[in-house]
Amino acid sequence: MKFDINGREQELEATDDMPLLWVLRDLAGLTGTKFGCGVAQCGACTVHVDGQPLRSCVTPAAAVAGKKITTIESLGPDGSHPVQRAWIELDVVQCGYCQSGQIMSAVALLKVKPDPNDADIDAAMAGNICRCGTYQRVRAAVHRAAELGKESGNA
Amino acid sequence: MRNPEDLVKPSRRRFLATSAALAGGLVIACFMPVGLRRAFAQEGAPAPKPVDPNAFVRIGRDNSVTVLLKHAEMGQGIWTSIPMVVAEELGCDWSMVRVAHAPSAPAYAHNTFGMQMTGGSTSTWDSFEQLRTAGAMARTMLLETAAEEWKIDPSSCRTDNGFVIAGARKASYGELAEAAAKRKAPAKVTLKDPSKWTLIGKPTRRLDSLAKVTGAAEFGIDVKRPGLLTAMVARAPVFGGKVTRFDAAKAKAVPGVIDVVQVPSGIAVLANHYWAAKNGRDALDISWDNGAGKALDTVALRRDYAALAKTRGAIAKTAGDVDAVLGASGTKVDAEYDVPFLAHAPMEPLNCTVVLGDSSCEIWTGTQFQTGDQAAAAAVLGIAPGKVKVNTMFLGGAFGRRANPTSDFVVEAVQVAKAAGKPIKLVWSREDDIGGGYYRPMWLSRFSAALGKDGKPTAWSHTLVGQSIIAGTPFAPMMIKDGVDATSVEGAANSPYLAAIPAHRVDLHSPTSPVPVLWWRSVGHSHTGFVVESFIDELAHAARQDPLAYRQALLPTTSRDRRALELAAQKFGWGKPLEKGRAAGLAVHESFGSHVAQIAEVSVTDGRIRVHRVVCAIDCGPVVNPLTVEAQIQSGIAYGLSAVLHGQVTFKDGKVQQSNFHDYKVLRIDEMPVVEVHIVDSTEKMGGVGEPGLPPIAPAVANAVFALTGQRLRSLPLVLA
Repeated sequence: MKFDINGREQELEATDDMPLLWVLRDLAGLTGTKFGCGVAQCGACTVHVDGQPLRSCVTPAAAVAGKKITTIESLGPDGSHPVQRAWIELDVVQCGYCQSGQIMSAVALLKVKPDPNDADIDAAMAGNICRCGTYQRVRAAVHRAAELGKESGNA
Repeated sequence: MRNPEDLVKPSRRRFLATSAALAGGLVIACFMPVGLRRAFAQEGAPAPKPVDPNAFVRIGRDNSVTVLLKHAEMGQGIWTSIPMVVAEELGCDWSMVRVAHAPSAPAYAHNTFGMQMTGGSTSTWDSFEQLRTAGAMARTMLLETAAEEWKIDPSSCRTDNGFVIAGARKASYGELAEAAAKRKAPAKVTLKDPSKWTLIGKPTRRLDSLAKVTGAAEFGIDVKRPGLLTAMVARAPVFGGKVTRFDAAKAKAVPGVIDVVQVPSGIAVLANHYWAAKNGRDALDISWDNGAGKALDTVALRRDYAALAKTRGAIAKTAGDVDAVLGASGTKVDAEYDVPFLAHAPMEPLNCTVVLGDSSCEIWTGTQFQTGDQAAAAAVLGIAPGKVKVNTMFLGGAFGRRANPTSDFVVEAVQVAKAAGKPIKLVWSREDDIGGGYYRPMWLSRFSAALGKDGKPTAWSHTLVGQSIIAGTPFAPMMIKDGVDATSVEGAANSPYLAAIPAHRVDLHSPTSPVPVLWWRSVGHSHTGFVVESFIDELAHAARQDPLAYRQALLPTTSRDRRALELAAQKFGWGKPLEKGRAAGLAVHESFGSHVAQIAEVSVTDGRIRVHRVVCAIDCGPVVNPLTVEAQIQSGIAYGLSAVLHGQVTFKDGKVQQSNFHDYKVLRIDEMPVVEVHIVDSTEKMGGVGEPGLPPIAPAVANAVFALTGQRLRSLPLVLA
């Protein structure tokens, strides 16, 4: 099956029903996207498909083959994306396991709402569980990312 | 050491220290069980070990400074705060500091507990002197190297931000490192006076952020090795159940499945990837003998506990004639509280990668307990523990689950690798995690108190019923004294209020059940904080007194609890009117050497409790990184609120009734209150911060709900009538 992952076309041996999460992690070797629940409850596996945030753990490979898949790795290894910069500046992460999903949800939110209020953030991010409880700093960092995005014109 | 019991054999002192560590930091708490205290007194305090700076600090030619972290980073922030301690004394350029988990080796043993492990909110204070010393030694060695090269007296050299300087001469640490590492470490170094600290105490951002915001951070579940197969195990649906027969034909027919093997815990399916392993496991046909465990029912268990609580248990603490005072006339208050079994549910499901060699074993996993894992893996394989190499990966949360005296997920992974003869990564699903055990025990507490004319308690009886975490582990003989597991009653038997109550008794029943139990963030304090601080609130209301004033009257003015409580009250504006439909509740609790007061502001809409704001004051002694303290308090509150509002594991017909985050609900961002953290300026002994933020949140919220609704909720999770 052919996949367009982070702008790179790849031929991977996935069955139709294999969730995108395992295509990414176990076939493409992109382990930045995390497994947390397998039933679309925790958001750790959030990626974008054609720009929309999706829970990759319940998205079958056949449904996304040929579509534009973007993962946390697409934001770049230097942490220069406004959301990553905000996360670093506000010291959001703790164990860090859920943060790929948190960040992908935040990027998606800022695309549709460049200047979200707390209620917007809570609504958009409620699907992402963090057991370390980084939520307060996540909220602050989304606001900060909105500011940084405006400065750089790249949210 | 061939099995975990051997861990206790090398020396009595080592064992004592170890069990205390596993008990969740008893050593640092003011409270130490009498048996332990006596044993320590006989043997004396552990002698300070010589510090080997080369074990902890590696300086590269590129001027990078790598700090080897003997404790595991599981979110608590030691990846940053412990290097700060090193850098303070080393005088290096902070931007050049790198961090790596130390290998599994005796040099990285916990100073107090004698084994490599992370727990009990101890990492920072355990490392503090040792790592400052290592930093200071390394600095001296660099300085002496430069002095020797320049043929001048070391006293005419100084260091500054990664350089040794003497007049116009200057050499970077990187240039000097190779020669310096060969020098003998100085026998004695003088540490900086705290007034000269420039890093310790300064808010400092995390060093693991970049790796964790780019997806590059490597957790155990991300480990890649050549030929590695993913393994999943089908375990008994009831604790204690055994396989009676199985048919693997359908499982083996699933594309990608490579092998099926039986291990003591069940049937393992090995596959090329997770999806095939999962489908293979689903296709297994297994018959189980569920044994006695199938009778377990938590509704019945609670009834049994309540009956037991009406009888006298093993005495943990007693003074005066409690029954006589309770039998006399006057105001009496009786109450029964309970809390459920809880899963830790760290975000990263349990996993362990094992590659076997000839008489050797290499493990990659997120663990809090390297020394125990080495011994347990060695026992499975019949090799020496030193032949087991444990690579500590980033932990995607742990909360106690990754520190198990039985090393359950490591042992199982080694058993699978051994049975299959292949390199494997054992992965648990979330359902395996929620249903797979090692829970915070279910607890029931029964209180009776008598109040004097001034409203102060004159008698206090507290009976606890719950499974012992220590019983059945190798640590039982020393940690359970006179029938009392110290971790069961911590925070209850040493409640600061007891000193002001002439007649008091705390006693304990420790029934057994097939449910495996374990320390869950804050251990015994996770229930004793709730019940003691709720019941004190009940007494305040029975006495028609303000909950703050009531506590103040019971605590001496020098009390650190009282100081924290008063700071929180002042910052919150206790007593000032709140927005309509809201009320506040307070609580204070000491655990792991830190005293934490919290005031929660709540509202109720359509029967749903909402926590809007929590003002917290903590006295944890000297602070290394205020940003870490703030983060850990927020974290403890969030983790605690999951238990306050949602968390419970229940059993029917021996089976766990919850399976994933839809029915084992945890706190989400839209339920997260605004948390304000205030740090008490303190020069007391350094305490921990990973756990102490948790115990006060449940009673603070429950007390606020009572203030708002008049309903005294005595069960967690809190459910309004």
